[in-house]
This record gives sequence, C-alpha cells and structure tokens, in this order.
Amino acid sequence: MTSSPQADPLLDRLANLRATAPARVASDALVELGLADRYAATDSPLGRVFVAWNGRGVAWLGTAADSAEFEAAVSAHTGRPIARADALPTALARSIERRLAGDRRARIQLDLRGATSFEVAVWRKALEIPRGEVRPYGWIAAEIGRPKAVRAVGTALAHNPVPLVVPCHRVVRSDGTIGQYSLGGPGNKRRILTSEGLDTGRLEAEAAAGVRFVGSDTTHIVCHPTCRDARRVTERHRVAFPSLAAAAAAGYRPCRHCRPVSLVA
Amino acid sequence: MDSDTSLAARLARDLDGAFPDLVEAHVDHLFTIALRLLGDRRDAEEVAQDALVAAHRAIAGYESERIVDLRLRPWLASITVNLARNKRRRFADRHPAQSLEPLTASGFDPRDDAVVDPSTVAVERESAGELGSLLLQLPVSLRTPIVLRHVAGLSVAETAAALGRPEGTIKAQVSRGLDRLRDLLERPRSPRGAGDAHLRPADPPDTPRGVAFAATEVLR
Repeated sequence: MTSSPQADPLLDRLANLRATAPARVASDALVELGLADRYAATDSPLGRVFVAWNGRGVAWLGTAADSAEFEAAVSAHTGRPIARADALPTALARSIERRLAGDRRARIQLDLRGATSFEVAVWRKALEIPRGEVRPYGWIAAEIGRPKAVRAVGTALAHNPVPLVVPCHRVVRSDGTIGQYSLGGPGNKRRILTSEGLDTGRLEAEAAAGVRFVGSDTTHIVCHPTCRDARRVTERHRVAFPSLAAAAAAGYRPCRHCRPVSLVA
Repeated sequence: MDSDTSLAARLARDLDGAFPDLVEAHVDHLFTIALRLLGDRRDAEEVAQDALVAAHRAIAGYESERIVDLRLRPWLASITVNLARNKRRRFADRHPAQSLEPLTASGFDPRDDAVVDPSTVAVERESAGELGSLLLQLPVSLRTPIVLRHVAGLSVAETAAALGRPEGTIKAQVSRGLDRLRDLLERPRSPRGAGDAHLRPADPPDTPRGVAFAATEVLR
C-alpha cells in the first residue's frame, strides 16, 4: 500500500522537517562537560577581574587589559576554546562575592585539571588561612608534610589559577615581607590584605625589626603575628619573639589555631 | 557511517579530544529528533544538550572495545528518545491535561508561555508547516519510529537498534504511522489552523488506540 520511498512526496516532506540546532546547544554541552569555558567580568577588591568557568567549576581568575588578552591567557593554559558570556551565573557570582567578603562557607567548585597533587595540596592549605591573617610559605610547606619544599610552595602559589578565590595573597615570605603576587605584583597584594583588615605597614615594620612570633605573657601561648588570638593580646601583655626556639625557651607553647612552626631557612 | 566508525575509534583513544567532533557531527541530528518528538524548540534544545552530556558521561565509563563498537547514530538517537520521553513525562506530571481546558477556552495559547522569540516560532511554523504539528498528533509509539526513520534519516536497522524493537515491528509501525499521517493531511483544517492542532487529543475518538494515548498527547 505504501509507495516506494523515491516516489512518495510525504517522505520528502518528512525529510524537510530536519532542523538546525541553535549554536548554543553545542557550546552549552561542551561547557557543561568542561570541554570549553565561558568567562565574564566581575568586581573584586582589585577592581574588575575576569572569571572563566565550565561545568566542573571555576577554571581561571585574572586581570587583563581586555577580553582578547584574557582569552589568550586562559586558552594557552587550558587548551580549550573560550567564549565571553554576559555575566557570571547568578549562583556563582553570589558565591564569589561572599568568598571575597570573607564568608568561608560559600562553596565554589574549582576546575583544577592539569594541576599536580602538590599544587592542589598547597592551594587547599592556603584556603584555610582566615581573612585578615597571613602565614609564611614555610608554614604551608610544614602543614602539607613537605617542610623542605618552601620554594616549591612559592612556585605553586604563583601558578594558582584562581587568585582571590584561593587566597595565595595571604601567604608571605618567611622573613615577614609581603613577597611576590601573581595578580599584578606586591602592590596589589598589599591592597587586598589591607582591604581584608590587615595592617600591612605594622606587619612589615615588625618583621623588619626581627619579630616572627608573638605571645601573651598571661597565657604563655605563641602565635604567628596575624593570628586572631595574637591580635587579641593587649600591648601590655604582648611579647615578641625572633624564633620559636626563643619562645619555647621562655616557656611558651605553640597556638593550636595558627600552629606556628620553626621555619626552614 | 564511515566517519562515525573513525570517530568512535578516536573517542576510544581520546574522549575529550574527539568529543567536540561528535558534537559538531550529531547536534543537529539530536535536536531534530527532540524537536519532532516534543514540538517545542526550548525543550528540544535542552534534550539535545542533555543527550550530548549523557553520551559523554556514558562513554567515559565504557571500556575502549565497547566505544570502538558503538554505532553512534542509533546509540545517540536512543539516548535522545529516552530523554525526550522523560521530559514529556515530567511535563505531563506538572501539567495535568485537564487543567488546560478552561484556559484554552478563555483564549490562552500555551505557546505564549514559552520564552521564545515569536519570530522564530513563526519561521518554524512556516518551514515545518502543518506536517510538524500533525506529526505531534500521532501516538508516540508511531511518531518515534517515523521521526527516526524518515525525519532523522536512520535506516530501518538503525531505527530498530535505537528503539530496541525488531525490524519487522519498525517497518509495520512506520507504515501504520505514515497511513495515519496521510489521513490527518487529508482531513479539513480546523478554523484556527495548524497552530492549535497540538491542543486536540492525539487520536480521533473513532480510532481504537485513542484512549490510551489521549492523556499524554493532549498537550504535545
């Protein structure tokens, strides 16, 4: 009863019902799978920054003179295509905003493919440093069980693909000076730390005077100078130490919150 | 087919590297199937995207021999058909068929509800014409094999593989569906034209299968 396919006009008409998918179907699928990235600009303590993300998480955060420069930087790092979006997804924008405001409960998924397990360990540890505080590179090295890898910690932090979100700016040199910063140099690092409530002038002045640790003569507990416990100590009871050994010799025990360590030179 | 065979081999070697090529080669295909099964562009976009994502996740869990042996066209078609069916079910759950009647009686057009550029809809209606709407009036069991076989252009064997039905069943369903479609084409148009055809029950009351499908077909 049905005529042959070649002769049946209905079959031709059915074949003409083929449709072309809008371009966003393919690109949305690739982004969701983490095979392509989207990016948009957002505000930060350093002014406008670009954020790149995909279905696996935030892949990159950076400053750039313009879109082209940012796209080139991310693509060179990831090897994936990247396209600009109008804005960050609402939930992500809110999480980043809360994070930058110091809310550590705001969860942000990160896409850290390509990173070594050492780098991830360093970045994860940096996430534990509270807003308004800093730790030396050697502290991270000790905390992740690689006390001699201080220089490698510095390199890993310099390669942090998501500065501000992973607060590598809260890691300073063991001599107490501010140190390098991947997102535009030491000036920016000082700016963010100040925006987080840290008195960088005092930190650097004390460091220059040889202060590495601070204790309280009432509790006999010794801390990193920016530890929240150390900052609660009144001037009258504040005791400065050049080393943990000196603090130990004076009968001080290390703070359980900031866990000060003897720094490997 | 040859290009799909080499694509499957490349997927087995480097899934992430080759997957964008799968997307490019098949996205229109999957969108077409979803669009002609569901009749709504936005739903079809979602289903096509979800099907691509599901395909990647599935392949990621397969042994490489299984990936090399994948017949991509029917395999991807079957993923799309399943997702379209789920979407239709969820839609039917959220919107019981009866609840639309008082609304449509007062002049409500469910198409207004979709956030779609009206000009796109107009173009879509024009180019698909009445046939796309009539297709939506077929019961899903006949519509699906017709869409795969004659819109998407799968072979009978591929359609059978995609739907997990014997080839003989596919041939019979396609032929029955085409007959039904011709009946619908010859029937006089409703006063409002093809645009509201999808609001009518799938099957006219005088066909025996009508009752079984009416509940899910009213809205689509």
